[in-house]
Amino acid sequence: MTEAKHQIGLSVRAANKVYPGTHALKDVDFDVRLGAVNVLVGENGAGKSTLMKVIAGVEQLTSGEILMQGEKVTFPDTRTAAAHGIGIVFQELNLFPNMTVADNIFIAREKTRAGIDIAARDQRAEAAALMQRLEHDISPDAMVSDLRIGEQQIVEIAKALAQDARILIMDEPTSALSAAEVEILFRVIADLKKRGVGIVYISHRLEELIRIGDYITVLRDGARTGARSMDGVDVPWIVQNMIGAASKDFAKTVEHDFGDEVFRCENISLMGRTGKRVVDDVSLSLRAGEIVGIYGLMGAGRSELFECIMAQHPHSTGDFYVEGRHLNEPDVAGRIGRGLALIPEDRKSEGLIQILPIRENMSLSSLGSFVKGIHLSLGAERETVKRFVKDLAIKIASMENPVSSLSGGNQQKVVIGKALMTSPKVLLMDEPSRGIDIGAKAEVFRTMRRLAAEGLGILFVTSDLEEVMSLSDRIIVMSNGSITGEFDGASVREEQIIAASAIGHAPASEAGHVIGSSNG
Amino acid sequence: MTSVTTLQPSGTSGGQPMILLLLKLRTFIALIAVFAFFSFAAPNFLSTANFVIMSKHVALNAFLAIGMTFVIITGGIDLSVGSIVGLCGMVAGFLILNGIDLGIGYSLYFNIFEIILITLAVGVLVGAINGVLITRLNVAPFIATLGTLYVARGLALLSSDGATFPNLVGNEAYGSTGFHLLGTGSFLGIPVSIWLLIAVGLAAAYIAGRTPLGRHIYAVGGNEKAAALSGVKVNRVKMFVYMFSGFCAAIVGLVISSQLVASHPATGETFELNAIAAAVLGGTSMSGGRGRIGGTIIGAFVIGVLSDGLVMMGVSSFWQTVIKGLVIIAAVVVDQAQQRLQARVALQQQAAAA
Repeated sequence: MTEAKHQIGLSVRAANKVYPGTHALKDVDFDVRLGAVNVLVGENGAGKSTLMKVIAGVEQLTSGEILMQGEKVTFPDTRTAAAHGIGIVFQELNLFPNMTVADNIFIAREKTRAGIDIAARDQRAEAAALMQRLEHDISPDAMVSDLRIGEQQIVEIAKALAQDARILIMDEPTSALSAAEVEILFRVIADLKKRGVGIVYISHRLEELIRIGDYITVLRDGARTGARSMDGVDVPWIVQNMIGAASKDFAKTVEHDFGDEVFRCENISLMGRTGKRVVDDVSLSLRAGEIVGIYGLMGAGRSELFECIMAQHPHSTGDFYVEGRHLNEPDVAGRIGRGLALIPEDRKSEGLIQILPIRENMSLSSLGSFVKGIHLSLGAERETVKRFVKDLAIKIASMENPVSSLSGGNQQKVVIGKALMTSPKVLLMDEPSRGIDIGAKAEVFRTMRRLAAEGLGILFVTSDLEEVMSLSDRIIVMSNGSITGEFDGASVREEQIIAASAIGHAPASEAGHVIGSSNG
Repeated sequence: MTSVTTLQPSGTSGGQPMILLLLKLRTFIALIAVFAFFSFAAPNFLSTANFVIMSKHVALNAFLAIGMTFVIITGGIDLSVGSIVGLCGMVAGFLILNGIDLGIGYSLYFNIFEIILITLAVGVLVGAINGVLITRLNVAPFIATLGTLYVARGLALLSSDGATFPNLVGNEAYGSTGFHLLGTGSFLGIPVSIWLLIAVGLAAAYIAGRTPLGRHIYAVGGNEKAAALSGVKVNRVKMFVYMFSGFCAAIVGLVISSQLVASHPATGETFELNAIAAAVLGGTSMSGGRGRIGGTIIGAFVIGVLSDGLVMMGVSSFWQTVIKGLVIIAAVVVDQAQQRLQARVALQQQAAAA
């Protein structure tokens, strides 16, 4: 890469973004240089996507400013941002599956005659030209729902290209692309650079970043920890800035011995919609009092594994055992009855019923234990909820308030409380620290430790490297649906975990899943 | 309401809880206002005879609205109740008059209790069909119950070729006399249908407030996915609410044909809309998860008293329709205001506690 001075096209200064319960961006400075690839990297929840949403006009800053050509600009909505030449390829696909490729590419910017009649032929021609540029033969008339995920991502990229953006944000554009498709995308990016477009590139694949990046900015917990030109940057430098030297407070409190095996799954597989296995022959076991962390990148199949355990996929294959006995129960209620409890990844849509009171949310899974005859004993319910609120130190004004009035951390504790009230033997926690601030995180982690010491087996999923390393007694790494590594929590090194999580993603090794080294 | 741990909101913001209380009681206040108004405006409004007549009218709508409330709390809708009313009336009339022709020169006649049970079973069956369409075949509740609305109405018309079954006095020999008592009889000076309403209303309120089933109904409407992941058997809950709604509609069918001592196949047309209106007026949220049986019954009374009172005042029925519409809209607007205020108060309490 050349060291030629690239002009700064957009800069963000002292950006702060506060959500109820979380401080997502803390005094972040960020520059987008034109004609260059500006890489943004950080763990999940570090604030990358929030920063991009601010630049694209999806979210507004709580404080701080955005400058273009030295002048202050504000983007109250995506339209204004687009008018300033900013295009974005979102991480989640924002396509309309019920419409054609051409319709999607020109959505809300339809080419029209006299402002009314859609110039369908022009749209089709331009869509076809874009596809040619991206070296794909996707028909402009194809329905988006008929496309593979990778092809949908191409359409999403075409949509951004069609805007002729001066600044193009790509949030994990390669997460669903094959190696060959990634090469094509990189050629397109090189071409855009030559045209003077400033590209912001977000990815978890560090080698990829080093290969195409010109500048790099690292975020951690909402703050910028490093920003420089890509020259001389290597993976260890990035990892160091992503994770930091000073560790968060994860101190192991109670040393205790593990009990017998409480949970085991054997040969769990789940077919995805595309015919690829989302969960691929996974077997693992968990002992009482043990905390096992499952690490992996997005789409590694971790959440899907939990969903299989909680009977959400009737078509999954394989066997589960709780305390050595086979798990035959076909539904969630039966599995909760056998001592399994899930804390879902998406608190809002899967964990809580926002409009119901805190009390009713917490007792929802364990109502059976308050029933006398057919009668629900409200007094007993209230007493039990009160006890759990105190145990978990949930800060509430009244347990009759709707759960939506709580901060993220307290909401998460309510979900944990709901799971614990079923007196589980095994706790499945999917991203237990997502979307909650550091203080609440520490409390959740302390709770996990305490529960393990009390003999609960905990299986938790995380994308946070530091979290998995400091919390787990044992670490399992998943990639592309299968287990690619298993490590002892005390002796493992970061590089081993990162390497295992990338198996199957490396450009050359598309064939077969290599099982990584095991030194449990 | 009990409060756990730590702080209560400080006394400075005492105005808001007061307003909130008034808003929560709004349907009740509206009922009292409507009563007070008609006591002055309509002659004979305050007579006992009028109360008995009015409460009979209200009861019919209230039965349907109770069933409807459960359905709406789960996030669904049941458009078929009016047709079930018609169909069940015809079933009862048919059985009393004709019995079942066994095709070998004999007809099978039932006694009055069997007829009532069969009719109730028909209502529950139609509800079960709604439930199966919605849970197993994934038909949207609106469409599924719109379909059964037509089918049930068509069957009611077919049962008599569109004619009325008149004079349902029954036959001493078959033990099918006394059908009229359901609609016209009274006990301790209160009509039988009101006693029935009290029984059904208490049972429904008990289910809603004091049983796991009731909790599950609210949970399904509040967030179906989260409810399922918490171990709630979502499909069973939905089956129950539609069957219960069908059951309530069957009661109405029986009561109306008993009151008239005749059954007409067009009975119950547009009743479903009144039931929805009563539920909404009583604070049931169309987006699911929120609603009270008590509120619904009061809502049914507001609508019933309003229309009867306007009739007694001699207001044109066209104006009555306009006024009913305005009251419903006003109720929902106030409801939204209450929701916003309630959320704000909860957040303030939380901020004070944290």
